[in-house]
Amino acid sequence: MTYELIPLFPLASFLILGIFGHWIKDKAHFVAVPAVVLSWCISILAFADVADGHHSTFRMYTWLTSGMLDVHIGVTIDRLTAVMLLLVTTVSALVHVYTIGYMQGEPGYARFFSYIALFTFSMLMLVLADNFLQLFVFWEAVGLCSYLLIGHWYDRPSACAAATKAFIVNRIGDFGFILGLLLVFTTFDSLDYATVFANVGRETAKTINVLEPLGGSFEVSSLTVICLLLFMGAIGKSAQVPLHVWLPDAMEGPTPISALIHAATMVTAGVFMVARLAPLYDTSPAAMAVVAVVGAMTMVLGATIALTQTDIKRVVAYSTMSQLGYMIMACGLGAYDAGMYHLLTHGAFKALLFLGCGSVIIALHHEQDMRRMGGLKDRLPITYWTFVVGALALSGFPLTAGFFSKDELLVSAWTSGPLGQVLAVFGLLTALLTAFYSFRLVFVTFWGPSHVDSHHAAHVHEPSPTMTVPLIILAVLSIAAGYFGIPEFLSPMFEQGGERDHGGGAIVIKLFATAMGILGIGGAYYVYVLNPGLPDRLAQRWRTAYEWSLHKWYVDEAYDRSIVRPTFAAASELWKRVDVAVIDGAVNGVARAIAWGAWFLRLVQSGQTQHYALGMALGAVVILTLLMVI
Amino acid sequence: MIPLTYYVTLSAIVFFTGLVGVLIRRNIIIILLSVELMLNATNINFVAFSQSFHNIAGQVFVFFALTVAAAEVAVGLAIIIALHRAKNTINVDEFQLLKW
Repeated sequence: MTYELIPLFPLASFLILGIFGHWIKDKAHFVAVPAVVLSWCISILAFADVADGHHSTFRMYTWLTSGMLDVHIGVTIDRLTAVMLLLVTTVSALVHVYTIGYMQGEPGYARFFSYIALFTFSMLMLVLADNFLQLFVFWEAVGLCSYLLIGHWYDRPSACAAATKAFIVNRIGDFGFILGLLLVFTTFDSLDYATVFANVGRETAKTINVLEPLGGSFEVSSLTVICLLLFMGAIGKSAQVPLHVWLPDAMEGPTPISALIHAATMVTAGVFMVARLAPLYDTSPAAMAVVAVVGAMTMVLGATIALTQTDIKRVVAYSTMSQLGYMIMACGLGAYDAGMYHLLTHGAFKALLFLGCGSVIIALHHEQDMRRMGGLKDRLPITYWTFVVGALALSGFPLTAGFFSKDELLVSAWTSGPLGQVLAVFGLLTALLTAFYSFRLVFVTFWGPSHVDSHHAAHVHEPSPTMTVPLIILAVLSIAAGYFGIPEFLSPMFEQGGERDHGGGAIVIKLFATAMGILGIGGAYYVYVLNPGLPDRLAQRWRTAYEWSLHKWYVDEAYDRSIVRPTFAAASELWKRVDVAVIDGAVNGVARAIAWGAWFLRLVQSGQTQHYALGMALGAVVILTLLMVI
Repeated sequence: MIPLTYYVTLSAIVFFTGLVGVLIRRNIIIILLSVELMLNATNINFVAFSQSFHNIAGQVFVFFALTVAAAEVAVGLAIIIALHRAKNTINVDEFQLLKW
């Protein structure tokens, strides 16, 4: 088998660039790009193999064996991993190429390539994992890469803060993930997917008293607890409410990273995890409902915030959050195949949108504020047209990939039951908002009068082919990805996949979804092109709603007041009272006590020989006396 | 036959005289003489117990002690001369450089 080479090529690339990067410098792409392209080629082979009906799982390395615990590094190739492998290697390869142009001349060029190679390796291992611990280890590894890459420009305080925030917020989710992992092991005595899934039926009756430490009694199915704890990890990693706050700040990182990590791959790890563990989630309707509702909340929240943001990358970031909400919601409603389908098409068009943003940002010398753009469509034609394709796909415009996947998703949601029908309505509303903000982005950035800084206006030109070619390829994929029959390819993976009826209701939903998309685009055209003064008037009219959207529903402020500042205050108090007073006091106190003692003791040393002689004599007397008495 | 107690008492008196001399006199030569007194007090004990227990070893020790005392006096006087050259005095109170 050659499939273990898929992750090993990026690993080799990381090691070479990590160790020799200092000497390789601006030739780093000669190492990184071929490595990831080779991975891509093997992924194609793996995909073809899986399409022929071969599923394989094999162990690469036994990590540790201790009693029941048997941990190994394994590779599992089935339909789900095959499509993820294609997504990760394709987007990674295109982002590698794009980076050549985007990061040209940056001081951390080789370092950047080594980190994205490490990320690609970790993400591939996460996808290929055949046991929970491997999933967790690489789950953390992609988080680490995300941290390193957000903080790539580490001399900017805002980048450092964003990197730290991403890491800490993810830790909160991962804490739940670890607990879930432990509970999986205590329940099933194994961490292998295969063993756990085979024994799921046996454990459904098991319950856990979750209030035991508090003395209460509240029995919950242990499978539900496992699912919810593992989902906490997904909430952090996939930027779901309430742990979504790190994703917009992560836009401090270089744009290729936003495309690769914070749009197409790492943030979708949570969706992938839920789909991978479908047999586990299927046993717990309660956990599934939580997953679906959290996804739906994220979907609505992200879309409403994206409406008013002015930083071009943040609009796309909130859009990513909203689309991740769609996928999580679909998984929560049992439509794993639809969720994964949307994940794949979203990977293509969102990477395209981010790379398009990057191209605009580079052309305008690192300007990210939409209000200082405008009128760029003639100056940046390739970027403009590919961006429009991405925006159309995101809006679910007919015949693009986003159209097929979003329709599939909403129809699956609608047909899944009463909860699904309620959430599908929200999904339709969000589709309207999505189309609106996508085309707000297009119109404000590329149409209308130019607000570009006059120093740069003359130099605005299309970036080098290393940046435009990935855009074109992704634009093609953003349309073509809808025609590959991905849901039919995936549905055998999931038990409920085949049972859904796509009857009369489905057509109505599809029509509605399409209408919402077109309505949103039309609305944006009406507001931003036909009536240029209208956005400000609308903002004045619905002041409160505008403020809430602009300030991201005050979630950051709420966390700042309720968690960050109390923590800082508590830490400051601990520092003053415990660190300075107790610990430093104890250390310095011991030193001072010894100094005083020494000052008294040294008085004994008078320098008078006869004093010493007296001491000797008295000592002899004391010793003799003692000898005689005893 | 003189009882052993008499010898031991004499030895104690001589030893104590020497000890007091070492502790209270200021002149280094007198202190050195007092140290010799203390040594000789032990010699008296050696000889007395040697005779009392019929063991010749005690008398051998006395010879050792005398020899060592002679050498020690030679070294001690040399040191006193060196001290006198340095400070032009042999008052022990004047030599107290080695203190805190």
